[in-house]
Amino acid sequence: MTPETFLLEEQQAAAAQEKPQEPKRTENFVFGIPQNGLQQKQREVPVDEPPPLPANSELTYIGKPTQRYDGPAKALGKAKYTADVQLPGMLYARMVDAKIPHGRIVAIDTTEAEKLPGIRAVHVIEHVYGIAELRDPKQEPPSRYPTIRYVGQPIAGVAAVSQQIADDAAKLVKVQYDAIPFVVDRSAARADDAPMVFPGPADAAGSAGGGGGPTDVPQKGNVHGPKRRLIGNMDKGFADADVVVESEYFTQVQTHSALETHGFVVDWKPDEVTIYASTQGTASVRDEFADVFKLPKSKVRVITEYMGGGFGAKFGAGNEGVVAANLSRKANAPVKLMLDRRQEHIVSNRPDSHQKLKMGAKSDGTLTAIQLTSYGTAGVGTGAGTAGPATNLYKCPNLLTEEYDVFINAGPGAAFRAPGHPQGCFAFEQAIDELAVKLKMDPLALREKIDESPARKAERQLILERTNWRNRKPDGSDTGPIKRGMGIAQSVWYRFIDMDSSCEVRVSRDGSVELMSAVQDLGGGTKTILAQVVAEEFGIPPAMVVIRIGDTRFPIGPNSGGSVTAGSITPAVRNAAYQVKQKLFTAVAPSLGTTADNLVVQNGRVVFRNDPSKTYSLKQVAAKLPTNEISARATRVPEYSKARLTYGGVDYVELAVDTETGRVHVEKVFGAHDCGRPINPTGVISQINGGMLQGISYALFEQRIMDRNAGYMLNANLENYKILGAREVPEIEVVLVENYIAQSSTDAAGIGESAGIITLAAAIGNAFYNATGVRMRRIPMTPAGVLTALGKVQEEVQA
Amino acid sequence: MADTPKIEISRRGFLKGAGITAATGVIESANAFARDAKGALHGAQTIGPDAQPIKLHINGHELAVSVEPRYTLAETLRDNLGLTGTKVVCDRGSCSACTVWIDKVPALACMTLAVDAVGREITTIEGLSHGDTMHSVQVAFVKHDAMQCGFCTPGMVMSCAALLERNPNPKLDDVKHAVSGNLCRCGTYPKVFAATLDVAQQRAQASGLVNLDTGTEA
Repeated sequence: MTPETFLLEEQQAAAAQEKPQEPKRTENFVFGIPQNGLQQKQREVPVDEPPPLPANSELTYIGKPTQRYDGPAKALGKAKYTADVQLPGMLYARMVDAKIPHGRIVAIDTTEAEKLPGIRAVHVIEHVYGIAELRDPKQEPPSRYPTIRYVGQPIAGVAAVSQQIADDAAKLVKVQYDAIPFVVDRSAARADDAPMVFPGPADAAGSAGGGGGPTDVPQKGNVHGPKRRLIGNMDKGFADADVVVESEYFTQVQTHSALETHGFVVDWKPDEVTIYASTQGTASVRDEFADVFKLPKSKVRVITEYMGGGFGAKFGAGNEGVVAANLSRKANAPVKLMLDRRQEHIVSNRPDSHQKLKMGAKSDGTLTAIQLTSYGTAGVGTGAGTAGPATNLYKCPNLLTEEYDVFINAGPGAAFRAPGHPQGCFAFEQAIDELAVKLKMDPLALREKIDESPARKAERQLILERTNWRNRKPDGSDTGPIKRGMGIAQSVWYRFIDMDSSCEVRVSRDGSVELMSAVQDLGGGTKTILAQVVAEEFGIPPAMVVIRIGDTRFPIGPNSGGSVTAGSITPAVRNAAYQVKQKLFTAVAPSLGTTADNLVVQNGRVVFRNDPSKTYSLKQVAAKLPTNEISARATRVPEYSKARLTYGGVDYVELAVDTETGRVHVEKVFGAHDCGRPINPTGVISQINGGMLQGISYALFEQRIMDRNAGYMLNANLENYKILGAREVPEIEVVLVENYIAQSSTDAAGIGESAGIITLAAAIGNAFYNATGVRMRRIPMTPAGVLTALGKVQEEVQA
Repeated sequence: MADTPKIEISRRGFLKGAGITAATGVIESANAFARDAKGALHGAQTIGPDAQPIKLHINGHELAVSVEPRYTLAETLRDNLGLTGTKVVCDRGSCSACTVWIDKVPALACMTLAVDAVGREITTIEGLSHGDTMHSVQVAFVKHDAMQCGFCTPGMVMSCAALLERNPNPKLDDVKHAVSGNLCRCGTYPKVFAATLDVAQQRAQASGLVNLDTGTEA
């Protein structure tokens, strides 16, 4: 997926919709935003699609706050995560990783480790997955070991009868290196004489969750790129401008810090390999294991019943999965391999950025030119581009973006909740405010002028109605040492659909209903929304639907990256539920003395259309089934129209800056967000709360710190890598804007990305400016950084 | 619990290079074996480094387990006793995911050696409920959706339930303080606060106590 180019390039899905001869029928769908007045939209849909759903206000279970399906299991501590899996005879493993930032491995001695009582297997890896690879591998001398390019690069794994013995053994693996000069600083790495992380051009592929950079760009030294995009004419754009702003912004490297580390339990058996995975994509894990080990997919089973957070970093087999599988095969026993916390901080991150923006506008605010140059490092990976917001938030006739990746000897970047957007938004949405200052316009009014999104229009209206925005003081007008301010920022994300979204719905003669799909629930509440969609079709409470997901023995599910899950899988679920309901009605109608088309679900009962006095429970109806069970399987059908859609949100922040200590206190956040038809508002709001808090954490606290002399991450733990805690939680209010789009049988959409993580750093920056009259160009806004920006201490030397 | 499979730890040589620190740790932690039921010390005894049988009092049951002196309580609960509701996230006392109660006081199971828990009353998330009948804090967590991925949830529940034991009428700041060590990456904090305050209010209403927040009689 390439969010940056979303609005500019053809979507693959569009081609899939060109299939001729498919019989269609015409339907009228509810369309638009309730606040702006709902409309009807006519669409041609495949003939076997279910009838259109009305607005949420007319539904029983969809759109209603619903208790999390697996809430009790999680609250009771009964939910079994990959880290909790225990199998008979299971071994525990530990990864051995590189202790130097750059070099060649001369020798690896595992004999001491192998001698340790309790050790069952040792595996030395031959290939490192998930990092950039040389376009021409011959540029490096051949070796049986991969070149070490960062501290923490996987080298080997050991498996033992206990975790403690595995940990001991890992320390006994002796690696002899031939060191090569290294660089861990982005700006230093751009120098002509900087040590080269790769001896020639290298590219990294993204994961099933996105990330990764372009592969068709030049590379000079460590500088990979640019990925360049030009629309219109920049000279004309700036000539047309009445005002121009030029600014620079810097963002840091953020680590995912999921509470459950990456990990697998692999049980390698000749007839089937069973893999318990802490993953965002059972399908992606199955694909990669089959690919790496040359196994038919039919012999690879992946199970993810619960997973403790991914945020974009957990797709595919990973090096730890490949090592666990090799250890399991060698030891002939199941092997659990979870990364330790230090390794978790190194395995993936959100790349940093240095962005230069130049923007021009007419005196009425109309944008005439946007020019963005960004340099970012994804360590030994690529994918540090930040052009998404600048390209897709507002229409501008003249646009030039140039994105560079800079290689350094540090762990690889990966997709992380709205890849590129928090960085891009921090710069771009502050630059929009800079324009507003120059134009002497209210920042919200400027956005009203340049933003064409009807959803964000409704969201800005909510900001005006529900916050203190109208009482916003002039910038920097507080006179005391504590200065308060308010700011807003807007987000854009893209409607991606994963067509590999299938499920089966089964009804048994006792009236019980089950749903099965390989799709996984990351904690966003996928199980709950699937239960609601089935419940709506059958008129039974969601808690009565049994949801079995996260197992590749079930029909394939989408990989959960880029907010695809709800929009991809719920239409398949509704279609399967609708089809099995029709099958049920057809099967039982004769014994009820009617025809299938005379049966309908109303108010939780099966009712005769022509005689509403005749009503039955689902249980009574199912009891008349001639067979023990009936089922239907459905797969995602293409979008009803080729429209390329985006989602968004507008977030508002009130904060206080202590100009004596340099501390920033976020006091209140108000967010208005849209995600198509919300299925479970409770779960959507939980996700937005989380996105906002991650955004505050990104803006104020989080930062990977590299030791420039030794080349390793200094704070690869949770005491020195500070993430937001309970004491830093502001008052939060979230309002959902329903946005009916007439694209599928549910119109659902994900919220993972456009949930506040994109906007909060920019909104905090804008509020900081309103409080102090000083623009924060660098995150995290630590006390030292704030005091520096306020001119109270001398500038530090920073990257 | 009695049929939980236990992992046999084979005898092994004392690690070269583990050094004085580890050896001292063994001796200090072995002191726990000399505690009587009231926790009084009766002199030191040296054990280890090999696995030794101990008995732990967990959730009202006495459980026999074989541990090396270096095993943490968290590792022992999870790997040796199958009580995986207690989560290990940082393994060094900075996230509170492994919060259990030791003698009714919240404690970090990753910072407690199993041998030091001998003779103490340990309550884990599995022991907070009665089977599938949830503790009122667990009920409130579900009602308020005070969880997403759920990995921090057991530790959060243990911290919040302990707060209500010692302070039946907490304010928002008290709840924030009680979970100030519990890290959540999904950002469930606002709902954790709401859930805990809800339990306090319901209990106050049920017992007919005056609600100090509003000054009204429930």
